[in-house]
Amino acid sequence: MKEEIVIAGFGGQGVLSMGKILAYAALMDGLEVTWMPAYGPEQRGGTANVTVILSDSPISSPVLDSYDTVVALNQQSLDKFESHVKPGGTLIYDSYGIHRRPERSDIKIHEVNAMEATFGMGNSKTYNMVVLGALLGIKELVPMEAVIKGLKKTLPERHHHLIALNEAAIERGMALVKPD
Amino acid sequence: MDINEIVKPENKVYSRPKLLTDETMHYCPGCSHGVVHKLIAEVVEELGLEDKTVGIAPVGCAVFAYRYVDVDWIEAAHGRAPAIATAVKRLRPDLMVFTYQGDGDLAAIGTCESIHAANRGENIAIIFINNGIYGMTGGQMAPTTLEGMKTSTTPYGRRVDLNGFPLKISNIFAELDGTCYVTRQAVHNPACVRKTKNAIKKAFLNSMKGLGTSVVEVVSTCASGWKMSPADANKWMVENMFVKYPLGDIKNTTEE
Amino acid sequence: MEETRLMKGNEAIAHAAIRYGADGYFGYPITPQSEVLETLEEQMPWETTGMVVLQAESEVAAINMVYGGASCGKAVFTSSSSPGVSLKQEGISYIAAAELPALIINVMRGGPGLGTIQPSQADYFQATKGGGHGDYRLITLAPSSVQEMADFVFLGFDLAFKYRTPAIILADGIVGQMMEKVVLPPQRARRTNEEVARQCPWAVTGKPSFRDRNIVTTLELEPAAMEVINDRLQEKYRVIEENEVRFQTYDIEDADYLLVAFGSIARICQKAVEVARSRGVKLGILRPITLWPFPSAEIERISSHVKGILVVELNAGQMIEDVRLACHDRVPVYHFGRLGGIVPNPQEVLDAFFDRFPEANS
Repeated sequence: MKEEIVIAGFGGQGVLSMGKILAYAALMDGLEVTWMPAYGPEQRGGTANVTVILSDSPISSPVLDSYDTVVALNQQSLDKFESHVKPGGTLIYDSYGIHRRPERSDIKIHEVNAMEATFGMGNSKTYNMVVLGALLGIKELVPMEAVIKGLKKTLPERHHHLIALNEAAIERGMALVKPD
Repeated sequence: MDINEIVKPENKVYSRPKLLTDETMHYCPGCSHGVVHKLIAEVVEELGLEDKTVGIAPVGCAVFAYRYVDVDWIEAAHGRAPAIATAVKRLRPDLMVFTYQGDGDLAAIGTCESIHAANRGENIAIIFINNGIYGMTGGQMAPTTLEGMKTSTTPYGRRVDLNGFPLKISNIFAELDGTCYVTRQAVHNPACVRKTKNAIKKAFLNSMKGLGTSVVEVVSTCASGWKMSPADANKWMVENMFVKYPLGDIKNTTEE
Repeated sequence: MEETRLMKGNEAIAHAAIRYGADGYFGYPITPQSEVLETLEEQMPWETTGMVVLQAESEVAAINMVYGGASCGKAVFTSSSSPGVSLKQEGISYIAAAELPALIINVMRGGPGLGTIQPSQADYFQATKGGGHGDYRLITLAPSSVQEMADFVFLGFDLAFKYRTPAIILADGIVGQMMEKVVLPPQRARRTNEEVARQCPWAVTGKPSFRDRNIVTTLELEPAAMEVINDRLQEKYRVIEENEVRFQTYDIEDADYLLVAFGSIARICQKAVEVARSRGVKLGILRPITLWPFPSAEIERISSHVKGILVVELNAGQMIEDVRLACHDRVPVYHFGRLGGIVPNPQEVLDAFFDRFPEANS
């Protein structure tokens, strides 16, 4: 098994931490992982993306030019990465604020209204967990218990009371989609 | 009374400190370094710190200080002695750590390291020899060179419009919360030598007690660099250097 | 206890150093390696192992603190990124000259000048050819994974103490910033002052009555004596060259062409090799782990049975000089690099390979 993923959006959307929780969950599940951010001064408002690779064998390049799965959370990211989905691969995008929809016909495309679903939950900080839920609903990459373990490892102790909220957000995201 | 009578131990009023090595000093006649080296050797011995002392030697005339005082030494890159002393004292708080630096080493190229070590209150003693000139490289201007003073790089005298002002760095040290003791002394007569010795002793004790950074500035002569006889150099120092760099304690937050 | 964690390369360095039983860290923040100092400050090892951590006023001060700590026989290290490592060169030269063990980490960013905070490998010359003034060498370790970031802290300290010479971990922004699984070794105890005095009889510890005073110095004004010191250093470097060469190879035995790359770029090349082989092109790869001493003998051996070599590095062509020297230009040796902080992906590496060696595509 090997899954090459890029998650891209605005800085401040929780792109990097979503990738980190996914990577930690995979680690808990016994997989090899790499998490490679496009790092730099872009914090809130700029663009952010992270490449996450999950594999049951050692991973060579942490830098890729094509992906099994692209998660695009704004128009720039969709424009940038649509052409980099491998043929037969998966493109997940949030329709919020999107004016140009993806056009490829050789890939599986999932439109997810994660932003709207998050508004409905009343806590905008769980947005990235709704997206993670959607991703895991479409592709069963790691079991839910590994994700909870990943959350526990990633969140500082003082935020552990938020795990239930994050779990609910993940389930909300899963409910938005159907598996590939 | 024959010679053997005279050298009886009970008649002995002075001897070389045990920690001063037999090496012939390379300093010029009239230079203050030798006296300060001797005082350091005496103080280390009197405090029983022979096995607890680490000296950090500078770049400058005292670059070979490690030849003359029989303790462990590190020879620093130019100006970096306080950074080195910082690490030694932090890793070995049981040791007494002092730097020995000239005006170029401490107040020009090493200003950053000396100010920040003092500002952190590192438990080290800084012995600062201020003779207002660069001796080792042949008499160039130091940051402490007096206005109008001739050096090989200010052949017509230091001009403040070109070269800035003489730097009273000890007064800056005194302003820092990390220093516990800042004093300015000299070694041109026996009374001053005794005072300087007491100052060094206090600084070394402060290091052992962990009270913060101590700075002992010794206003010194450089007869060769100043192009004077040793006697004239002493006189010139009293009449000129002491005006800009008056002797005495500048700061003392420690209790006797 | 051994522990498996997910963390950045920079964080792995900090955790590994604590577990090694390092005595002190001295550093100044600079992107992209500030996590080393940040992680150490967050871990507060002075409360557990007794390790000293200090944010210095500059890289110059930091490397001189390392010089001071190493003079005491302590296991001390510093980290920085390219512009900061340039500032450290004075101190590194002194540490090499005084024959002190120390570990330096450079998480390279793009230069020259202030350059960019994005990844680069343009400090290869600086690390492997000396860097500061005088004839000296640094044992240069090039990690390609987060695990190696941790492992090379141990290896770097061990080699530094074995040979009483500074070692440098020459990493890049990729391996510093990416997260991977890392297995952290069990905590080791820091050496006591008594153990240091026994193992490092040259160290400055305060002079006990039973030995002569120890002096750490790099000054020798007598030319004949200075030549003796230099001869001794060079002899030591020859011993290191004979004993400490490390490298890794993939798919080289039947390879028609060879890629040579270090650090994270070697992993990008490995992916390129996988893709090429799936298309029937027999590529192999050699990854020098020690950039100095350089695996010249192995490259010379491989060069006898390949048709060409492509050196891939994030610079304008630095390691390629050592590759060409190693194989005496017996086969064509070409270079592919990106500058300015751009990291090529595996496809770009393959494109460059087929551009240099069009005959390989037949």
